[in-house]
Amino acid sequence: MKNKVILDKKAIQRTINRITHEILEKNEGCTQLCLIGIRTRGIHLANRIQNAIKSVEGITLPFGVLDITMYRDDISKLKWPEVKKTEISFDVNNMTVILVDDVLHTGRTTRAAIDAIMDLGRPKKIQLAVLVDRGERELPIHPDYAGIVCPVSIKEEVLARFSEIDGKDEVVIVKTP
Amino acid sequence: MNWKRKDLLGIRDLSKEEILFILDTAESFKDISKREIKKVPTLRGKTVITLFYEPSTRTRTSFEIAAKRLSADTINISSSTSSSTKGESLKDTARNLESMRPDAIVIRHGMPGAPHMLAGILDSSIINGGDGSHEHPTQALLDLFTIREKKKHIDGLKVVIVGDIAHSRVARSNIFSLKNFDNRIVCCGPPTMIPPHLETLGVTVEYDMNNAVKGADVIMMLRIQKERGGTTYIPSTKEYATLYGLRKDHVERAANDVIIMHPGPMNRGIEITDEVADGPYSVILDQVENGLAVRMAVLYLLIGGEA
Repeated sequence: MKNKVILDKKAIQRTINRITHEILEKNEGCTQLCLIGIRTRGIHLANRIQNAIKSVEGITLPFGVLDITMYRDDISKLKWPEVKKTEISFDVNNMTVILVDDVLHTGRTTRAAIDAIMDLGRPKKIQLAVLVDRGERELPIHPDYAGIVCPVSIKEEVLARFSEIDGKDEVVIVKTP
Repeated sequence: MNWKRKDLLGIRDLSKEEILFILDTAESFKDISKREIKKVPTLRGKTVITLFYEPSTRTRTSFEIAAKRLSADTINISSSTSSSTKGESLKDTARNLESMRPDAIVIRHGMPGAPHMLAGILDSSIINGGDGSHEHPTQALLDLFTIREKKKHIDGLKVVIVGDIAHSRVARSNIFSLKNFDNRIVCCGPPTMIPPHLETLGVTVEYDMNNAVKGADVIMMLRIQKERGGTTYIPSTKEYATLYGLRKDHVERAANDVIIMHPGPMNRGIEITDEVADGPYSVILDQVENGLAVRMAVLYLLIGGEA
């Protein structure tokens, strides 16, 4: 079966613009705001939101990268979980953290990310921004900003691709073997 | 990289890729110790036993803190307070400990090969914390990590190792690790402390300290091992200090950005002067700091994922 494209390059751009405006609207500007992208594709999405906010408000928000491997709830079940670096050089205390991930599914990654951020300090708020919410949650987690809500069967996978690492921008639904 | 090892017994068995993978993993763990909350939940529910038949400050504390920062539970056993004083064999001690279901056992023992023996009979992961004059793998890994951090690369360096090469597990493990990366290794010490056929490991032997340190990028000083009869190989510690103790004038003959390393504990005034040990080129305390990150990485890789 052919992969089904649910967002193309233009649609991704429009979606990111909308999320950006929603973030600015909800937080009444961008004071005390920071962006933290979850490895790997959350970084690219967060990066684009950072650029979009800069072009609207003229401000470059603090930007961090989070690796959640050490906080995964299934770590002892994984064969070779590779830990990568978390790079958050600013103080998260009293900040409003916009946590950014590409696809929201079970919510377990978000749970791990929230715990990881809490170990770095006590942010004022954590808000969740995702490009795709594919449903099938296993934890009580809800996004504050969702690009597209797209319930997908458990037999299918949603892949967000970014030109920086995948060669092109698109969100596709693929059947899992 | 697929990490498949159950045990860390020595550097000699590791591939270049495995060594680099451990160092890269350690980079990710280094920051944790700089945070206000120095703990991550990664090894929650795991148990690590440190079983030390020889004294240790650094290695044991480092393993214990590393395990605790990963949320593992740790138990320390030293030979002086264990049933080995009642004559229990190492094998029996180890088998009894294994019945309490630890996930990893860090062992230091005076007998070369002790960790290898345990690895063969136990299901727990075994980490060699130093076996006699044989190997001390985590020391070599933290040394390499420190060299990479300071020099930004780990190849094409002139590394001078000075002291009791024959009895040093630190020297041996470091030679094995550094040989993977196309470095020039010079071993220097009195002839009684240089083992025969050392050159077959791919190192150069130099008996004159002034020649050895010339242009060196890294100088590693070794400790005179009094507990392994180290002082019987030299006429006097005073003579040793004169001929093989690292002084400022040696450092001046080395490369401009030389780093001075020592695995500790130092015999100040014998193998190294205070001036050099506490001087601007010394990275001795960085080694200790990095040891923590490296041991976190090793524990994580051995017992973090599915067995």
